[in-house]
Amino acid sequence: MSDECSFCGVLIFAEQEDGEIHKVTYELLGKGRVLADRLGKNLCAVLLGYGLDDEARELIYYGADKVFLFDHPSLKDFDIVRYKQNIVRLVNEVKPDIFLIGATRIGRSLAPRIAASLKTGLTADCVDLDLDNEGNLVQIRPAFSGNIMAQIKTRTKPQMATVRYKVMKMSIRDPARRGGVVEMKVEPVKNTGMKILEKEKADEVNISEAEIIVAAGRGVKSPEDLRLFKELADLLGGVVGSSRPLVDAGWIGKEHQVGFSGNTVKPRVYMAFGISGSPQHLFGMRYSDIIIAVNKDPTAPMLNFSDYYVIGDLYEILPQLIHEIRKVRCVEK
Amino acid sequence: MNILVLIKQVPEIEKVRFDYEKGRLDRSSAGAIINPFDLNALEAAVQIKEKTGGSVTAISMGPMQAVDALRDALARGADKAILLSDERFAGADTLATAYTLASAIRKLGAFDLIICGEKTIDGDTGQVGPEVAELLGIPHVAYVEEIRQICSDKIVVGARMERNKYIIELRLPGLITVTKDLNNPRLPTLRDKLRAMRAEITVWSYKDLNEEDALQYFGLNGSPTRVIRVYTPAAEKRKSQVLSGTAPEVAQKIVQILRESGVLG
Ligand SMILES: Cc1cc2nc3c(=O)[nH]c(=O)nc-3n(C[C@H](O)[C@H](O)[C@H](O)COP(=O)(O)OP(=O)(O)OC[C@H]3O[C@@H](n4cnc5c(N)ncnc54)[C@H](O)[C@@H]3O)c2cc1C
Ligand SMILES: Cc1cc2nc3c(=O)[nH]c(=O)nc-3n(C[C@H](O)[C@H](O)[C@H](O)COP(=O)(O)OP(=O)(O)OC[C@H]3O[C@@H](n4cnc5c(N)ncnc54)[C@H](O)[C@@H]3O)c2cc1C
Repeated sequence: MSDECSFCGVLIFAEQEDGEIHKVTYELLGKGRVLADRLGKNLCAVLLGYGLDDEARELIYYGADKVFLFDHPSLKDFDIVRYKQNIVRLVNEVKPDIFLIGATRIGRSLAPRIAASLKTGLTADCVDLDLDNEGNLVQIRPAFSGNIMAQIKTRTKPQMATVRYKVMKMSIRDPARRGGVVEMKVEPVKNTGMKILEKEKADEVNISEAEIIVAAGRGVKSPEDLRLFKELADLLGGVVGSSRPLVDAGWIGKEHQVGFSGNTVKPRVYMAFGISGSPQHLFGMRYSDIIIAVNKDPTAPMLNFSDYYVIGDLYEILPQLIHEIRKVRCVEK
Repeated sequence: MNILVLIKQVPEIEKVRFDYEKGRLDRSSAGAIINPFDLNALEAAVQIKEKTGGSVTAISMGPMQAVDALRDALARGADKAILLSDERFAGADTLATAYTLASAIRKLGAFDLIICGEKTIDGDTGQVGPEVAELLGIPHVAYVEEIRQICSDKIVVGARMERNKYIIELRLPGLITVTKDLNNPRLPTLRDKLRAMRAEITVWSYKDLNEEDALQYFGLNGSPTRVIRVYTPAAEKRKSQVLSGTAPEVAQKIVQILRESGVLG
């Protein structure tokens, strides 16, 4: 098998939870495809779980040349040690130049164990990846809590990186694409030292997926006023976002927080009311398609980072906007 | 219960000044503190010790000035503190850091539980904990936000991943990395601080780690990653078009933008 795999330039980890592929996987395939083509090598994916034949095929439609499938009941749920062992074995066989993993919690738990086992370098939470003239991976990541960016190179192989969700472009699905699914032998490990006793759905707002975000900042005077944000978000089929101070004050749940220590979002429209535009907040929403800001301070940095801005009081604009959108909605009905 | 807490000294980020125009970083007004997440790790260790008895040892790798962070850890309830400091440890990336910590832990001998922070506020990778676990060959759970139960040979913890929160039984010896939702770190009293001032802090250099001919695993030599360049993120240009008028006029303009972008009607 080492023959047919010897051209695996880029390997990506296809993350799944409850049998569902995490979307960061398609972003890794998007970036991985570009890098593999430039290297003139294959793009491969590794998928672990149980009953995932269809999902494996999807990975090919999204750009993988080859999918290494570890399909076994013992791999249904995420077990760091089992996942690591199988992946390390694969990497030692196919020897990819580059190995990318989503910077999700699962990815960031798993990647360092794999890197330490392989004694290779791992760059955390990358927001951009490129190749230098020699074909080495140039990894770009934020550090110092999002205040600076660092360019990092790795002098061992594989060059491993975790990649932030919602930053890279997703590849486009093409059901006509062909590729191979390689069924891998799974060596079941009896006792890895960890056992999942319970699994509770964390049924939270999934702000990372939202198309429209109506975000509140410290310009909001009391927690009750967040009702207005909810109302506007509901009217638009969107989600309420927030800067960190409101989360710290306990006014709104952490799942709504946008920014460096919260969620990265990439909606079609991001509306920021009473948010000053700190580097940490911008970090989480800078990739939004359209940014509309309302702030009463004409010098607020947020205004420079927006496509459209209003200098004014959110308490005047927000109710009026709700009113206008109601009108549109009613006329349509 | 013999608990080890890994602690990193970091600059006070709030006081580091970032010059976005010049792309420079001014640390002169920033002091050095214990990485905030490591305070949660330490608090968790002290709470476990209060229940089960045993001892808490704080370990840090860093320059000599990191003794301050360790004194702080002693004031907050650690019983012992060990600093790993040597020029040969300098320039370490996460792999070399984990290697150094793991060899010190091996030298210490038996332990039950290692607790780390979720990540640091400077390097900010969250990699050192899981790498230490791998190098020691013990299981780990990252992002622990709840400790439900602890016995002599296992700990039951809650950790949130992307879709689910998992309640996991982890065999000991094992390692966990903890989030700041786990607990509220206590403040040291003046008495504790004074006691910590006088406490002895063990310092180990490369030689003390009993690693023969292993220099290639430490510090810059043992670091496969290299930071090539550091810069402050450039502000991307947006069109920054002002919408003016009365509140109703402005609202209508926003509605127009929403319609043109296709998210409304
Ligand atoms: C390690 C670290 C991580 C961080 N992570 C995050 C993060 O993930 N997300 C995040 O958001 N922050 C984060 N922060 C905090 C960040 O630095 C800022 O403090 C925070 O983003 C400020 O929030 P804000 O803009 O809502 O508040 P402020 O900066 O106080 O701004 C409030 C704005 O509201 C305007 N305003 C006031 N009243 C009105 C009104 N009636 N109408 C219109 N405008 C009004 C004001 O002019 C002002 O511009 C982090 C900080 C650190 C150190
Ligand atoms: C701008 C910049 C970017 C970097 N990027 C990377 C990168 O992508 N990959 C990489 O491998 N290295 C990177 N490094 C190097 C990395 O910061 C150092 O290796 C550092 O010693 C540990 O990493 P960390 O701060 O990310 O710790 P984390 O892995 O975030 O720390 C997690 C926990 O491990 C424990 N811990 C961490 N460091 C120590 C210590 N010295 N002593 C005791 N306990 C500790 C603490 O409990 C801490 O809460 C970077 C450094 C800089 C300056």
